[in-house]
Parts: sequence; structure tokens; C-alpha cells
Amino acid sequence: MSQAEDIESVDEGGVIESVSGPVVTAADLDARMNDVVYVGDEGLMGEVIEIEGNLTTIQVYEETSGVAPGEPVQNTGEPLSVDLGPGMLNAIYDGVQRPLDELEEKMGSAFLDRGVDAPGIDFEREWEFTPSVAEGEIVEPGDVIGKVPETASITHKVMVPPTYEGGEITSIETGEFTVEEVIAELDSGEEITMHQEWPVRRARPSDEKETPTEPLVSGQRILDGLFPIAKGGTAAIPGPFGSGKTVTQHQLAKWADADIVVYVGCGERGNEMTEVIEDFPELEDPKTGKPLMSRTCLIANTSNMPVAARESCIYTGITIAEYFRDMGYDVALMADSTSRWAEAMREISSRLEEMPGEEGYPAYLAARLSEFYERAGKFQLINGDEGSISVIGAVSPPGGDFSEPVTQNTLRIVKTFWALDADLAERRHFPSINWNESYSLYRQQLDPWFRENVADDWPERRQWGVDVLDEEGELQEIVQLVGKDALPEDQQLTLEVARYLREAWLQQNAFHDVDTYCDPEKTYRMLGAIKTFNDEAFEALEAGVPVEEIQDVDAAPRLNRMGVADDWNEFIDELESDLKEQIRALY
Amino acid sequence: MKEYQTITEISGPLVFAEVDEPVGYDEMVEIETPQGETLRGQVLESSDGLVSIQVFEGTGGIDRNASVRFLGETMKMPVTEDLLGRVLDGSGNPIDGGPEIVPEDRVDIVGEAINPYSREYPEEFIQTGVSAIDGMNTLVRGQKLPIFSGSGLPHNELALQIARQASVPEEEEGDDDEEGSEFAVIFGAMGITQEEANEFMQDFERTGALERSVVFMNLADDPAVERQVTPRLVLTTAEYLAFEKGYHVLVILTDITNYCEALREIGAAREEVPGRRGYPGYMYTDLAQLYERAGRIEGKEGSVTQIPILTMPGDDDTHPIPDLTGYITEGQIVMDRDLNSQGIEPPVNVLPSLSRLMDDGIGEGLTREDHGDVSDQMYAAYAEGEDLRDLVNIVGREALSERDNKFLDFADRFETEFVQQGYDTNRSIEETLDLGWDLLSMLPKEALNRIDEDLIEKYYREEEAETAEVEA
Ligand SMILES: Nc1ncnc2c1ncn2[C@@H]1O[C@H](COP(=O)(O)OP(=O)(O)OP(=O)(O)O)[C@@H](O)[C@H]1O
Ligand SMILES: [Mg+2]
Repeated sequence: MSQAEDIESVDEGGVIESVSGPVVTAADLDARMNDVVYVGDEGLMGEVIEIEGNLTTIQVYEETSGVAPGEPVQNTGEPLSVDLGPGMLNAIYDGVQRPLDELEEKMGSAFLDRGVDAPGIDFEREWEFTPSVAEGEIVEPGDVIGKVPETASITHKVMVPPTYEGGEITSIETGEFTVEEVIAELDSGEEITMHQEWPVRRARPSDEKETPTEPLVSGQRILDGLFPIAKGGTAAIPGPFGSGKTVTQHQLAKWADADIVVYVGCGERGNEMTEVIEDFPELEDPKTGKPLMSRTCLIANTSNMPVAARESCIYTGITIAEYFRDMGYDVALMADSTSRWAEAMREISSRLEEMPGEEGYPAYLAARLSEFYERAGKFQLINGDEGSISVIGAVSPPGGDFSEPVTQNTLRIVKTFWALDADLAERRHFPSINWNESYSLYRQQLDPWFRENVADDWPERRQWGVDVLDEEGELQEIVQLVGKDALPEDQQLTLEVARYLREAWLQQNAFHDVDTYCDPEKTYRMLGAIKTFNDEAFEALEAGVPVEEIQDVDAAPRLNRMGVADDWNEFIDELESDLKEQIRALY
Repeated sequence: MKEYQTITEISGPLVFAEVDEPVGYDEMVEIETPQGETLRGQVLESSDGLVSIQVFEGTGGIDRNASVRFLGETMKMPVTEDLLGRVLDGSGNPIDGGPEIVPEDRVDIVGEAINPYSREYPEEFIQTGVSAIDGMNTLVRGQKLPIFSGSGLPHNELALQIARQASVPEEEEGDDDEEGSEFAVIFGAMGITQEEANEFMQDFERTGALERSVVFMNLADDPAVERQVTPRLVLTTAEYLAFEKGYHVLVILTDITNYCEALREIGAAREEVPGRRGYPGYMYTDLAQLYERAGRIEGKEGSVTQIPILTMPGDDDTHPIPDLTGYITEGQIVMDRDLNSQGIEPPVNVLPSLSRLMDDGIGEGLTREDHGDVSDQMYAAYAEGEDLRDLVNIVGREALSERDNKFLDFADRFETEFVQQGYDTNRSIEETLDLGWDLLSMLPKEALNRIDEDLIEKYYREEEAETAEVEA
């Protein structure tokens, strides 16, 4: 259902049989699976999740304290849907797309009361519509018929709904309209408004999926440099508590070069959402200079909000993402954390007394996870255009142990794996993404893009860095036993180079004004500077200079300052020439 | 109000009774035993004709003839500013012999979630006077920052020290003394021993803190099921004082482990499918409903800051209780058994400790410009020194480079001078940061790669560096 619908249009109601937390059963309710119902005297919103004989089981999206058997249940006769149209950017929703700002106003309180409903988009606001097709033209489902300037950075494209037949345009308007006013009519008799509805559990239609060939540039050195994700790709970021999942997701939401960002805070902290609401309006897109919030849609169902709405928030998010994809945009969706979503499934499932699978999760866990990630991709749209959805899911494994079902089932699906490491986090090596365990299966297919757009030897230079880090890993094992000074000089030098790779290149401070975003070009040049040090140093060593002397050249520690350097091109030019000069002066 | 004598089953803390009227989920229940004792409980599940009731005081003494009354409402906490200075039991009844409490309001204890849109991001530095916290894991108003401890470790001493010393520096200068921004402590004991409880009470009385405190006591020999209720009473009172009366409330809850054990017990009695190590699958959600009741609200004067204490079974931080807590709270302060046996007071291991709200609460204009860099650098240097300790055990100090030896010394002094301070020392943030520079100046300037060059220029102590040189 959509909240736009009048509650009058309800079917015959039923009666509550039993209440147990978020799960309510009702008798005599005429309902289909996934229908939205209103439960009890207060009309709490719920969804039908099981039908057995005369009994219907409902998951309720609000607290059920005080709800008693005998109270009424009314069916809207429609599945859980979102309202789609202009007004979703710059918004913050709960798990069933109720705008949280509006709830605050309606409830007159900072605390979330029950039984208050609000539509996902504003039905009164008027938007400036400019048609892009003319009367007499033939339009098909998915075709764009006009535009609305939605926010400072995003033009909303009004489309023929995918469920329409399409046909010849018999009339089309220009000017200010609400989302419910008809702006175009077709000879099929169909009327088009700026408002669409879509059931969240069903993917919006598209044509074929294509192989992604462009990276989602994140401005994070370790991601762009070593483990890139594609536009239309999938990534998982598992890690124990406090290892940096949320900060990484926030960094992506801020700096990734997507057109649209849908950020789903699923069962996590309230303050983290507040942080986004407070910070994003003040931040600018490094490419367009436009405020970041104007491309962002937030969905916040925090850990203390009802668990059933936590289950649905993922679907609400991905459906909104698909709608923007259908306009031809590159959308990035972050879900923090998919584990909380899985746990919500488990909680509901156990109240239903379903047969538990591994670790008590329902047997359909793997299926739900893959259905969700399948909704990501680079798509050929039904209107012939292209659009993409990249999905990045945080995973919160109990005890930080990656062998648990949610992590394992996710890893079977996603193509990028950013493994967070508690050990790195403890020593404040951020982002604490473990470079040995992580991988990206997109590397090869993205290399041509990096060669063309950043530097022709990007893959080779990256490989050099990877090799040095690998070698360090092996040498460290020996150092653990004998100490660094017992190693031959060339190996000591390798360790020094690797240290710069880790400290100057892999580490990146999300909270530093400059370091927080690193252009791929800068990522490449920083790696180059370390390589310059490496090459010069090894030549000096060959020429007989003792390793201590090489390590101690004045310019070397400046490698650590590259990340925070604002005018990085000049900084690195100068640094490289100083390194050459100083090291060459040693022999 | 109808009375039933229809109990059909008694199992652990649960009672099942037949009813012929609808009973609300979570509704309060009174059960009168044949001996005339009145017990209280709550509806856990309500279906047509049958309800299951969780009895707070335990089901001892209840039989089939006991009578059951449904009160028609969910559990409420009577709240008033007059609660300050009072001592209550785990169900909220006064046990200090004081006057009856005349409530200004009665508030549902389950508590509605704060709308994330209505929150204000916490960023007001609280000076606890403890270097390991202020310098390395800064606490801010409205944060939830638990102490991860182990049995027998001095977590109570640390919690008390924080409660005694916590202040917001501006206030001392007197430019923020408008009415209604007073400080209050609410202490919620769950299943702790009488002896521990006395420790707290005596400290509160000795320092006069009791006047601005509310104490809720559920002791080890009090009913376990009551522990489900105690923290909710605490937090309801805290929210009332903070958001209705403008207090800055510090909530200390101890011991969360006992709370979780009670949760497990009820789950088992309900024959639920257990989750990890027998704890209920919904424990994350349940704990979140406690911990998320901390924070600040846009347009409100007060704040709720939480310091929950938990003892990690087997000192294992992957145990579900610390694990789920860490996933919800905004960091953790970790107590360490080794440091404790070395006599470090407080024995805080900063490496696994974390304050997630630190970044926005520190720096120029808030604490000091160098705070963030100093803390980052000390973390990195201490971690490096710690690593080297393992190596020293194998190869000896002589086999290490001069640089490495400095890091080793740094790690030692970090523990014995920076972390070590005793429970009665109250260090200002300047003292803490200056102490940090004393230690960092043992290291060569080039090694301070986390600190801005201008700050090194300004704060680095050349004399310290020279002494370190001489010693080496
Ligand atoms: N790139 C970074 N730069 C600087 N600090 C970081 C970075 N990443 C993480 N941190 C630090 O680590 C802390 C924890 O990170 P974060 O909140 O992202 O953890 P998390 O994995 O989401 O934990 P949880 O599962 O409990 O939500 C942050 O508060 C911050 O102090
Ligand atoms: Mg997180």
C-alpha cells in the first residue's frame, strides 16, 4: 500500500488472536501475503507474513505494548510499497518510508509515538515540470516525458510507469504541479502523474544486465588503488565492532562519484544518522561543488526502532535506488548493517516458530541475501538508456568471526571484499582494511578505465605496491623471531619502503579536511613518490651506502605528509626531486 | 478490575493463566499468593484466552490458587525531581525510609525511541580527570561509553572516580551556569553484591553526591527477573530529569552481565530457540533499547550520558555480552588484568578501548588544538612499543635498534606515568596533554608522523629528547 491511500478503502476486517512482540496473529482476515494491514485500535502498520487456515500472521512496524486480543485488524489490500516521485532527495525516512521530520512535527515530540502515518513524498508541494516530449509522440513504459529540477544537483526525470501500456501522447502540460495532478495523457486512456508506487519486495523491471567497466571512484586510496568496486558492482565490508564499517560507508556516501546515494542505516545507532543529517548539508561534492545532501536519500531504522521495520528498510532503500536508476543515474546504496537485517529476519522467523537453519537464521537467509544483491548491477533500462546500482553492505559478524552465516553467504555473492581487521584498528591504522585478505574481482575489468583516465601504468604500479606489501608480510615473520637488525640490508630497506606504503599510502584519515578525499590521480602520484624513494634507495644501496644513511635522509619522512598536502602536485614534485638529490648525494 | 484464579502452569519465572477478556501485551499484572503476598509481573504473550506472565520477584510461593489481576496498563515509573537524593529498590519502591514519593508524572518505562531526526549530535567534552579517558578516549555529553571489565577488577573505583570528577570545563569558568543545566547521577545496580553496593553508597554519602543522585538497587539476592525492569526505571527517570527538567544526567548501570543472564533465564523458561551461547536471539535489540536511551535532543537543555559496566565472562570480549554491547555503544573503556596486577590505577588498556564520539568533541576551541594528533600518535607509538615487547623477550634489548628501544621505553612510561594516576587524582585536559608531550618528546621528531609539523614545533620538548638520548 502507499500512505497516500485513504484508509476508507479497506476490506472486511479481522480480529486479533494473539500478540507476541512484533508478531500478531489475526482471525477472519481476508488478506493476501504481504498485504499491508492496520492493527489494533491505534491502527499500527503491519504486513501479512503468513497465512494458515483462518489465521493470518502479521509483522507490526511499531511497538505493540498494550495491544490486546479482540482488537480489530483492517486490510488495505495492497502490498508494502513506496511512494516514488520528486521529494525523496534530501529526505530522511524510517524503514517503511515515513519521513522522520514529518513524524516529529505530527507527533509534536522528539520521541517516536505510534499509529502516526505520513506519505513518503509531499502531496501538496508543487514542482516545476518541463516536458521533453510533445503531443503526438509515442511513448513506452519507462520513457522519460519531462523533467523537474528536484535539488541543486539532481534533475528528476518523470517517466511512464513500467506497468503502463504506453501510446501516443494526447496532451502534456508545462508548469507547476503537485505529484498527483495529471501532467500527460495517452491515447490508451492512461494518465501520467509525477507519482509512482512500487511494492518494495519486487524488483523494478529492466532489460539486460551488462558487465560494469567503470569504477565507483571513492576517493579512498586503498579502495581505488587496490580493491576498486565497479559502478553497478557489489561489495561487502565485514568487521568486528569499532573496526571502521560505518566510517567507510560514510566516506563512500560522501565522496563516491555516484549521481545518487541511498544510505540505509539498518539497526544501527541513532547518533550516526544524526551525524549524516548534520554533516552532509555542509559538505560539497568534490566534482560538482554542489551540497552532498542534495543527492542523498537517508533511511534510518535504528537499533531501538521496531524490528519489523528493520527487516523492511533494506527493501525500501533498494526500491528507491531502482527508481533513480530508471532515470539513467548511477546510484550507490550503502546498507549499514546487513547483519541487523538478517537478525531481524531471524527474530521474526523464530516468533513464527519456523524451523531454524544455521545459527538460528531462517533457511531462506541465503536466498534473501542474494535476491537483494541481485538488484545491484549495471543495467540496460527498459527505455534503452543505461543506469547502475552499486551496493555496499556492512556485515557485523558476532565476535568478529567471519565464518558465521551472514558473512559467508554474503561473500558467496559479492565481488568486492573489504576485510576489516581489529588489530589494525587497535593500532589506529585507518581505514583498517586488511590488504592481504581483501580482494576485488573487478580489478581486471576496471584496469582499462584507470589506464585511460588516470595513468597508463596504473596496474603495473599497483602491482609493485602489492608485491612490496606481500614481501613485507613474509619478512615480518622472520623479524618476529630475530629482530629487524638481523636481516640483510636490502630486506631492511624493503621493510622501510613497506612501512611508507602502509603509513603514508594505505592509511587515510577520514577526519582530516584534505586527507578525507584523495583524487585517483593523487593516489597514483603518492604511490609513485614511494616508488621513487624505493628505486633511488636501492640504487644507493647497490652503490654501497649503508641502509641507515638512506633511511635517514631528511626528505623521506615527508612521504607521510603527502596525504594531508593540499597542493599535492607541487608537494610531490618537490619531494621526489629532494629524495633523488639527497639520496644521490650519499654516494 | 477482574480477578482470576485460573493459573494453569508455573514454570521458572513464568506463570500461565486463562482469561476471558482481552489482555494487552506488556500489561502489568499483580499476583496475590495464598499467603497474602503480592507479586508483580508483566504480560509476555497474550492470546485469546491465555496469557503468559513474567513475574519479577520470581514465582516462589505461587500456586494454582493464587489470584491474578490485570492492571490494564503497561509499567509506569512515577517521576519527580524529588527523586534526587532517594534510594529505591529494583522495582522503584523507596528503601531509604524517606517520605512517600509524590509523582509529578507517571511515565511508561519501555520508552519510545528518540527520532533520529530530533537528536542533536553529542560533541560537548566531559572532563573526567582520567588521562586514559580524556586524552585517549574522550567522553562527551550524551554518549554511551561502557566499561568492559572482568570480575575482581576495579571498575567500580573508576566509575566512581568519573562520577565524582566529571565536569565540563566551561562551566567552571562560570559562563554556563544558567538554571536547569545541573548535573545528576542515576545509579542502577543489577545483581551486584551488598558489599559492592555499600562501596557505592558510602562514596556517594562521603562526597555528598547522594543529594544529586537517584539510586536503584537490585542486589544479588533480589529477584533476577526484576533486573529486566531496573534499568528501564533508571533510564525513564534519566530521560525525565534530562529532557523535562534540564539536568545533565550521568547514568551508571552495573552489572549488565547480570541483566543479560536474567534475559537468558527468561528465554529458557519460555523455551525459545536460543542464540549464541544460549542468549536469546533478540538480545541485540533488547540491549539497544537500553543503550540507545542516551543522547541529546535538539532544543532541550539536558542530556543523558551512559556508563554501563559489564564484567566479561572469562575476560573474553567476543562473548555475546561485550560483543553485542560494543556493536551498540559508542566505544568502550577496557580494563586489563595484567595492568591491574602491575598496580596501574586505573588499569585501562587503551588499545582495545575506543571513543567513537571523540573526534567531534576535541580540538581547538573544545579541548586543545593538538589533542587529536597527540592521541593518534600515542596510540601508534604505544602499539609499536607493545609489539616490540614480544620481540625483546626473544632477542633481548641489545638486539634492537636505538629507535626501537625508544619505543619500548615509551610504552613503559605510557603505562606507569600516563595511564597510572590513582583514583583520587583529577588531571585537567591540559595536564593530560602536556604529560603526553613529555612522553612523545622521548621519540625522535621524525617518528611523530601523525602530528602536524606546526604542532611539533610548538609543543615538542627538546630537553626531553636530549635526556632520552643520554639515557640511550
Ligand atoms: N578512515 C578512518 N579515519 C579515521 N578514523 C577512523 C577511520 N575509520 C574508523 N575510524 C575510527 O574508528 C572508529 C570506529 O569506526 P566505525 O564506527 O566505523 O566502526 P564500525 O565498524 O562501524 O563499528 P560497529 O560495528 O560497532 O558499528 C571511529 O569512531 C573512528 O574513530
Ligand atoms: Mg558501525
